[in-house]
Amino acid sequence: MSGTASEGRAWQAWLLPAALLVAWEAAARSGLADPRFLPPLEVVAARLRTELAEGGLAGHLAASLGRDLSGFAVGSAVGVGLGLAIGFSRLVERMLSPVLLVHRQIALFAWVPLLSMWFGGGEAGKVAFIALAAFQPTVINTWQGIAGIPQGYRELGDVLLLGRLGFVRLIALPGALPRIFTGLHAALIYAWVATIGAELLLNVAPGIAGRMNEGERLFQMDLLLLCVLVLGAVGVVFNLGAGALERRLARWRIA
Amino acid sequence: MAGGRAVAAFPLVAGGGPAVRRRAPEAVRRLATGLVVPAALLAGWQVTAANGWLPEQILPAPAVVLQTARDGLDDGSLLAATVTSLGRVARGFAAGGAAGLLLGAAMGLSPTARRLVHPLFLALSQVPVLGWVPILVLLVGLDEALKLIVIAWAACLPVVLGTMQGIRDVPPAYLELGRALSFGRWSQLRTVVLPAAVPSIFTGLREGLANSWQTLVVVELLASYEGLGYLMTYGRQLFQLELVLVAMAVVGAIGLVLHLLLAALEARLQRWRPAAGS
Repeated sequence: MSGTASEGRAWQAWLLPAALLVAWEAAARSGLADPRFLPPLEVVAARLRTELAEGGLAGHLAASLGRDLSGFAVGSAVGVGLGLAIGFSRLVERMLSPVLLVHRQIALFAWVPLLSMWFGGGEAGKVAFIALAAFQPTVINTWQGIAGIPQGYRELGDVLLLGRLGFVRLIALPGALPRIFTGLHAALIYAWVATIGAELLLNVAPGIAGRMNEGERLFQMDLLLLCVLVLGAVGVVFNLGAGALERRLARWRIA
Repeated sequence: MAGGRAVAAFPLVAGGGPAVRRRAPEAVRRLATGLVVPAALLAGWQVTAANGWLPEQILPAPAVVLQTARDGLDDGSLLAATVTSLGRVARGFAAGGAAGLLLGAAMGLSPTARRLVHPLFLALSQVPVLGWVPILVLLVGLDEALKLIVIAWAACLPVVLGTMQGIRDVPPAYLELGRALSFGRWSQLRTVVLPAAVPSIFTGLREGLANSWQTLVVVELLASYEGLGYLMTYGRQLFQLELVLVAMAVVGAIGLVLHLLLAALEARLQRWRPAAGS
């Protein structure tokens, strides 16, 4: 805990980014780098101003988030439901675990061509793919959350004659909740990555990555850099939000 | 005893597990239950295709898919695509893994390097790997360099974090022991720090390899004229779903082999480690 020592040097964190930005600006202005590849920072800032003023980027962000969250809702609902079924029923577990094992080995994006043929390259295909991305971590974590309930708790349920429903409600669900939440957190991140992938791979539609496709064709580097910033910011917000919720949940658990 | 359910064995994570002898009929029943869903899916698929309930572009018959796989094997196109894809993963993972090991070790060993580089690294890693692709396309074009950079970056992220964490988490007692034995900086690193950090480094490498494979597929879908991802794009454009399915099967099989290989390797590493003190 070298608190003061590291606090005193916290400014060092900004050293490298600042140096890079200065080098960037210098290279762009001196004509050392082609401004088409490395637009000066003020050009990126100007782009941000016009996008904010015209609301263009905000509209695209809203489109991406709407798509992302609807896919997340569908996928995680199915994932949690199926995970609970597998966790509570030995028969369901035995029937589905081989299928899930195989399903998990297929790289996520390998589903895109298949899903786009089944659901089309429009909104339905995109949401189906995002839902699949959210499904994977939720089903595994929910299942393992239930299966990981300590044997002693199970026996406690038997001793207290809780019955099946009481066991589920009073022991299994609260016990599995942190793990289910871990799955939902991962699903949120997976769904965001899938949203970006779906927008890049499938039919062009409003959305941040869709806008990037357009920017790539029109060689608008300033726009692309701005979009990358937005992508990162959304990921950070998702992570912070889910992390805060998780900590709350953990506190409630200990109390 | 009826309600007291034994802790379920996870088929997904089980690495053999404690050898509980099961009666043969039980094992057979288990296997049979596991086959119910795949068999039902296959039967449903066959019946649907045989009766032509769905157009062939939506669901080609299982026999057609098998024939496509056989054709692909016979004319060598499937093998060529697989070799191309595996080569890209190997190069990208090698580059990204090596860079990640170096950067992670530097940040783990030197507090100054960590203070300087870690915040920037964390900031850059917040952007999903895919988000960089349009920018990189403009900078380096659609060729191999693009795939190499994207796969290497995806591989490098977990390796950096795993290596840094592993080196930082070496128990202080080990370091003290090294100092007590008056080890020099180099032997301290080689005999104390690295062995203690190996499990964490390995976890990073394993995640890095998994990331490389995932990223390969999407990069090939986005921009390539050969490889398994291209095979899928091609099949989709020609409305030949059977080609897409065959490529998916190969992707899944390689994923499974990687998974098993790494699990075996990790088990070996764990065995080598002195039994954990808990």
